[in-house]
Amino acid sequence: MEKEELRKELKVSAIENGTVIDHIPSRSVFQVIKILNLSEYQNQLLIATNLDSNKMGKKGIIKVSNKFFKSDDINKIALVAPSATLIIIKNFQVTEKRNVEIPDYVEKIVKCFNPNCITNNEDILSKFTVIDKKELKLRCHYCEKITAKDNISFRE
Amino acid sequence: MKNKSLVSINDFTRDEHVRILELANIFEKHPTQRILEDFVVATLFFEPSTRTRLSFESAATRLGAQVIGFSDASSSSVQKGESLRDTILTVSNYCDIIVMRHPKEGSARFASEVAKVPVINAGDGANQHPTQTLLDMYSIRKTQGTLDKLNIAFVGDLKYGRTVHSLVMALCNFNTTFHLISPLELKLPSAVKIHIKEKNLTYHQYTDLQEVIPKVDILYMTRIQKERFSDPLDYEKVKSAYVLRNSMLDVSKPNLKILHPLPRVNEITTDVDDNPKAYYFTQALNGVFIRQALLAAILGVVD
Ligand SMILES: [Zn+2]
Repeated sequence: MEKEELRKELKVSAIENGTVIDHIPSRSVFQVIKILNLSEYQNQLLIATNLDSNKMGKKGIIKVSNKFFKSDDINKIALVAPSATLIIIKNFQVTEKRNVEIPDYVEKIVKCFNPNCITNNEDILSKFTVIDKKELKLRCHYCEKITAKDNISFRE
Repeated sequence: MKNKSLVSINDFTRDEHVRILELANIFEKHPTQRILEDFVVATLFFEPSTRTRLSFESAATRLGAQVIGFSDASSSSVQKGESLRDTILTVSNYCDIIVMRHPKEGSARFASEVAKVPVINAGDGANQHPTQTLLDMYSIRKTQGTLDKLNIAFVGDLKYGRTVHSLVMALCNFNTTFHLISPLELKLPSAVKIHIKEKNLTYHQYTDLQEVIPKVDILYMTRIQKERFSDPLDYEKVKSAYVLRNSMLDVSKPNLKILHPLPRVNEITTDVDDNPKAYYFTQALNGVFIRQALLAAILGVVD
């Protein structure tokens, strides 16, 4: 990211310590909030969407104060926003920047698309192996059916 | 295999499959042996399947085991809304192994994670039915003298038929050449075909049954179900194209055998039944020996 662009973002409101999730497609901002369970978050949380972006047209940003996500958590974002980048802020300084990666395993958050799957009929955590990261195909650990990009939905 | 659950056919290795077939052969010769007298087998049938349940219970009883369980969910606590987890946890206190059939896919995998005893999947919805696959393998080996390098034809619904998918996967360890005969709407899913290719094996796809008959050692017939077609006219068009009649077998190899997971509807005409190449009724009997082999191996009374 260019310095100029970064300054523009910080202008929205800088955070002292925490994580900035940038380059989220605007339509996915609220899904990211859901996946990371941020609606319950008690610290400062800044959400912006439909911002102009040179790269993406419109984008969203989420800034989470005093929160440093575990990589497992953050990789879940890749399921809905593979373009997202993470910026770790300490003392108003960017200390780390990286892209999100689709994880090898996905637990809890995704709903198996097979209505006859046991995970949709009993109180059971869903578990998937990611068998194709490019096309985003997840194989259910239980029913063995493939949930693909177009029919991914998230559990309540 | 001691204490190992069998949920999907791939939970067991090629060598373990072969060992089960060898053990089944021993049990076929000596079906009654009281080697499981100290064991309790639970058969939990959350949906009824008399054929499969009786086959398991016959296997267990012939080996001297005690059998407990239920034959359909309405006669059990499940009806009162008990969770699968609670049912399995409770039952695993009373038995040494669980055989279960359940209408939901993935139920057996979940049960195997919760239970303190090993679980044999006797069918989880449209997903897996590994004991059917093993009895199919046993039938093929018994009639052909080997499982290696055979030409095997699968006929009918290759898209939704779980028995076909599992058997194809298992046979990929035995250098099989696959002949796949189905209407275009019901072709074998690409995931299964990729598996065949990964093993460097060959498959041929056809829409016509007759041309394949002279080439193969095994004809594995399946039922084409009307509900698989969105347009009933499409079903009417294909249903008669995949019916096996006795006259079609004139050109078949002398060693050909016809298999079918049963129940049959009309995809094999009854005039085939008296042909010595028809093996589907004997095939079902082999299930008892396979289930004896599995119970004995998983309970650890044989190696
Ligand atoms: Zn599933």
